[in-house]
Amino acid sequence: MLAVSSKVRRGFAGLWWWLRQLSGDAAYESYLRSARAGRSSHRSGNRRNNCRGNDGTAILSRQEFYLDSLRRKYSGVNRCC
Amino acid sequence: MKRVAKFAVWTALALTGAWGIATIAMQRGEPINATWFVIAAGCTYLVAYRFYSAFVAARVLSLDSTRATPAERLDDGRDFVPTHKWVLLGHHFAAIAGPGPLVGPTLAAQFGYLPGTLWLIAGAVLGGCVQDFVILFFSIRRDGKSLGQMAREEVSRRGGFIAQIAVLAIMVILLAVIGLVVVNALRSSPWATFTLAMTVPIAMLMGVYLRVWRPGRVLEASALGVVLVMLAVVTGQWVADVPQWARLFTLSGPALAVAIIIYGFAASALPVWLLLAPRDYLSAFIKVAAILALAGGILIVRPAVQMPAFTRFVDGNGPVFAGKIFPFCFITIACGAVSGFHALISSGTTPKMIMCEGHARLVGYGAMLMESFVGVMAMVAACALTPGVYFAINSPAAIIGATPEAAAATISSWGYVLDPQMMRQLAQMVGEQTLLNRAGGAPSLALGMAQIFSSTIGGTRLLGIWYHFAIMFEALFILTVLDAGTRVGRFMVQDLGGRFWKPLGHKSSYTSILLASALIVAAWGHFLYQGVVDPLGGINSLWPLFGIANQLLATVALVVATTILLKMGRLRWIWVTLVPMAWLVIITMTASYQKIFDPNPRIGFLAYANVLTAQLAAGKIPADRIAETSRLIFNQRLDAAVTAVLVLMILVLLVEACWQWYTILSRRSAPALHESPYVHTRWTDASTAGTVPTIGETPTGGGA
Repeated sequence: MLAVSSKVRRGFAGLWWWLRQLSGDAAYESYLRSARAGRSSHRSGNRRNNCRGNDGTAILSRQEFYLDSLRRKYSGVNRCC
Repeated sequence: MKRVAKFAVWTALALTGAWGIATIAMQRGEPINATWFVIAAGCTYLVAYRFYSAFVAARVLSLDSTRATPAERLDDGRDFVPTHKWVLLGHHFAAIAGPGPLVGPTLAAQFGYLPGTLWLIAGAVLGGCVQDFVILFFSIRRDGKSLGQMAREEVSRRGGFIAQIAVLAIMVILLAVIGLVVVNALRSSPWATFTLAMTVPIAMLMGVYLRVWRPGRVLEASALGVVLVMLAVVTGQWVADVPQWARLFTLSGPALAVAIIIYGFAASALPVWLLLAPRDYLSAFIKVAAILALAGGILIVRPAVQMPAFTRFVDGNGPVFAGKIFPFCFITIACGAVSGFHALISSGTTPKMIMCEGHARLVGYGAMLMESFVGVMAMVAACALTPGVYFAINSPAAIIGATPEAAAATISSWGYVLDPQMMRQLAQMVGEQTLLNRAGGAPSLALGMAQIFSSTIGGTRLLGIWYHFAIMFEALFILTVLDAGTRVGRFMVQDLGGRFWKPLGHKSSYTSILLASALIVAAWGHFLYQGVVDPLGGINSLWPLFGIANQLLATVALVVATTILLKMGRLRWIWVTLVPMAWLVIITMTASYQKIFDPNPRIGFLAYANVLTAQLAAGKIPADRIAETSRLIFNQRLDAAVTAVLVLMILVLLVEACWQWYTILSRRSAPALHESPYVHTRWTDASTAGTVPTIGETPTGGGA
């Protein structure tokens, strides 16, 4: 019984994780992980609290990241017929 | 033992699929249960994915999971983001699945259920999925380059330019035709118009929520938006029942066209966070939910398909659109079988997010199979209506008349029963003034969906709510394509126009933004308005034109793919892309020739223009319709010119590609591939590549 409930819990957790990734809800967390790992090469003029990744680049705030991601997403073909 | 069990399972699946296809192909005279469609399509997809896509992956493309993808090498957390394969499958599917696989099959149902269904299944398995898969793979190998860039590098410089112009042309025609679908769905319908109008302030509220109150919290904002939209669907019934409110939201076709044109301009010129992005989130959630609900509904209700396997309209005199089954069935259903537009997505964001080359099979081939399944479900929903009701909804007034009695008389003369009283009752039950002459596919699909949904939940009491939910779902995500497409079109106009007049190319200049937005909106707005005032319904001209443009773009993609395969030394397997390419060339060239030169005025653009010109010269056109008729004549000639230009461009590309193939095969030139150099993946060794990272994890560099 315990094993079944643990499997169900894991199933829901996986679904929730998938939904957050798919919708873009978790995009900022992924970006932060990537930036802190020192791989972000982007340099922004809007710096916040002098936060920097391991490679010294400025880390965007959640709002800055959201607007930046929208700008990138909607400047190319992103929806089909 | 395990091998024997596997062999038995796959043999059983293959036989069941073949049985399903044989059943839907052989059934004559009485309704067939929709379950057979699900069995035929589902089993074929599983077998094709297991064997054909594996063959393409291993033998034709030689996917190499030890090779680092651009997402790994260039990871910047923004454009290049390593993404789990199931998440990327969802992303890619959401991007490729637009209104096309819903509307195309619904329109093609006028030939009967069989031709469209077989084309959806075979076209996807052998053509569309292969195209999406190979273009995705080639783009991954080239750091996520676009189709245009690959055409320029691998075929010729002209190839890239042709692809760019073809994309702009297809975009203009696409936006006009989907705008027309929305107009025909909302015309004289206060309930549907109110519901859709409400999505604008709801999206703006979500925009402010995401921009100011809770930046980037997409799920919270989407949940809020979905609740408000459902509320709008329900209150729409009340609006339609109150005369003064109903008057306000009862709009004619031309008025709706103008409203959509203004909306498109606003969505293109306003900041993206305010309207476009939140509407996109809202639409994505409702789209996925509605498609899942339709799949579930079909499985639970198992409706009987009322449409015969073939109708009499295979002869080319169909009321929905004119033209014989060959080639028009194959261009009417583009998305769902083969869609060139998908090549833009496969060479857009997806190749920059793929973690491992091995995932390209699931994402490229698998997502297209899912879209094809959506097309089959749309076909089932449309064919679940009785043929009489289907033709009454989808035929223009010029052919069947504008009253239920006239429509019943015409449709009965074709051999399909239609009771005028039943048409009135049906309209009343769904809360509409009339369901007649709603060409475009959306209302008949909505009615089919509503019947399936109401058989599951609520019965006929909720038929109106379900119908308007389905209309809202279709219109909402058509408008999402329309506003996103207008914005991309604006960028293209700025790019192309900037070559001739520099200030237009300044993307941050507000004058340039407004001017380019006005140009692109004027282009599709012109076609949209002409479609709305066309007495033959507009869809008859515009949908085939869109299908031709889309399949021509698929031809470009398959020409590029064939050239690259040849350069890779895969001559033996070149038929994998060459056969679908040749088929597309045959159907697009035949359809284009017929659309331009056919003497039947319902098919040939020039013949229709000549008939109208003769009527004008003979004084048969009333004085108040002379200006409108002159515009119609100009528009038919414009349609002919657009088709001819597209065909000529593709012929130039084909000649250049054939020359390139000849020089490679005759060893006159050494094949030069433009792949990025090999870099070994850091995440794992070859034996486990494709399995890391697992769900819940995100790769952070170094890796295993």
